[in-house]
Amino acid sequence: MKLALKELVRRPGRFVTATVILTLIAMLLMFLGGLLDGLIRTSTGAISAQDADAIVYSDTSQASFLRSRIEPSTRAQIDQLEAVDETGGLGVVLLGARVPGNGPRDLANVAVWGYELAPTGVPNPPADGEAWADEILKADNVAIGDELLVGPARTPITVVGWVKNTSYTGQSALWTNVDTWRGVLDANRPDAVLADGVFQALVVRGAGGTPQEVVTAIDTALAGQVLALTVPDAINEIPGVTEQQTTFNQILGVTVVIALVVIALFFALLTVERTALYGMLKAIGARSRTIFAGLVAQAVVVTLIAALIAGGLVIVLDLLIPPGSIPLYISAGRIVTSIVLLLLAAVIGCAFSLRRVLRVDPASALGSSQ
Amino acid sequence: MTNVRKVYRMGDTDVVALDHAELTVASDEIVALVGPSGSGKTTLCSIAGGILSATDGSVVVGDEEITGYSDKQLTRFRQNRVGFVFQSVNLVPFLTARENLLVVDELGRRQGRPARERADRLLDELGLADRAKNLPSQLSGGQKQRVAIGRALMNEPSLVLFDEPTSALDTKLGIQVMELIRSEMKSRGTAAIVVTHDERITEYCDRTVHIIDGVLAA
Repeated sequence: MKLALKELVRRPGRFVTATVILTLIAMLLMFLGGLLDGLIRTSTGAISAQDADAIVYSDTSQASFLRSRIEPSTRAQIDQLEAVDETGGLGVVLLGARVPGNGPRDLANVAVWGYELAPTGVPNPPADGEAWADEILKADNVAIGDELLVGPARTPITVVGWVKNTSYTGQSALWTNVDTWRGVLDANRPDAVLADGVFQALVVRGAGGTPQEVVTAIDTALAGQVLALTVPDAINEIPGVTEQQTTFNQILGVTVVIALVVIALFFALLTVERTALYGMLKAIGARSRTIFAGLVAQAVVVTLIAALIAGGLVIVLDLLIPPGSIPLYISAGRIVTSIVLLLLAAVIGCAFSLRRVLRVDPASALGSSQ
Repeated sequence: MTNVRKVYRMGDTDVVALDHAELTVASDEIVALVGPSGSGKTTLCSIAGGILSATDGSVVVGDEEITGYSDKQLTRFRQNRVGFVFQSVNLVPFLTARENLLVVDELGRRQGRPARERADRLLDELGLADRAKNLPSQLSGGQKQRVAIGRALMNEPSLVLFDEPTSALDTKLGIQVMELIRSEMKSRGTAAIVVTHDERITEYCDRTVHIIDGVLAA
């Protein structure tokens, strides 16, 4: 293995091509992963931020906020369950908002939330007519203190602070108190008006059990009345999320396979080129295992270098792209996952050269005049 | 080597590469093995060096009977008991002269410091002390072959096999290398088989053995 690493250090030129190609593939992998994460976050941020064990919708709602209605009597039944500690009303309405200074047709897409229990990263509900705004609204030139005119009724809402990562179906969240949200709903969506005390959904915090136990307790007690989901399940029920994940994961999978093929081809060619050298080394006592381990070490180092360069470049790219322009979210977790996948591809790719290494005949070193 | 045969299966026919070979090399003897291409020289050397197994017969190197050894045992035998100097692809191109000697230790015994000291001593004896840090590409043909001889001696072998050691050198350098081989083998009391086409080389050997069509003739 020392031999292989010395070759890397002393003959870096031989590995430049593979490193460049793998860097580009690693960048593609991380960028696509970042796009997937960004899309998912802009679709699901408001739900994944819920500090809750379960989200409860009405039974026939198919987990759609707009179709769901939770009556006060239903809420009271849930509140009485032993598995439940507290519940909070939750509702949303998706609208366009006029931003001061922007053109009349240049609307910012917003999701106006009314909430009782604060999600993670969101303060307690603000005063009437005020909202905590998701910071991606900065891309629409929104600033703290701005009064947004929401919906066709131009309901005024003043931004009083920023929150992060709480978008919903691609729209920026405005977190308001329940009365403000009802006011927006009444004024702009008369078809979806709710009576006082009625919410679209309930956020439920359990009394110590696991989220699944809380969900089961609600389902058992209110069978046929409500649809209780854990937060991850509620995220998956958001239209398009599963489809996006499936599509992107297939693209990411194909990208990893391409990396594997590149590594396999490169090291297969390198092995062919080194047949005479390997023959000589085997003749003087090198085991096939030692030679193959060296090959794997080279593949792993080359891939690691390529992946680290790609990680750095993707981070720089993320900093250069204006916030809100594309849904790109680069996380350490995504970069590490990509590196691990590429290293796995490197080892598997190298395995294709194993047979060739095993077949190198030490006798080829003798009687060879090439 | 006693009554050694090597038969290759080629399709439906058996090809005899080595036919009942009998060869004994004394512990400090240098034997020249001379024969035309395809006569079985390489096969004989491969069997003596533990690269190939004989189909029949017995092979003893030093006090070690290697007949019937597994591939793993033969690899260990080559690491510890035999030295090789090849005709071409001899040195690892990205290692210095000193590191090329130490490869033997890295692949085999892993002695560390004693091996490094032995490599330095060998390079000194071979007149290459000032070339220890040079890559093969920075060495002349004769210097490369001297490094290869040093590497072959690194594991203190019982037998060194030289495969056309002077074929890539001009006459003057060839003579120098053969003189060096002779002095190194004799001073260490190490047996050597030198495969060659060149009859002039044989005068540096103690004995010449001819091989034709797999049959040895003294």
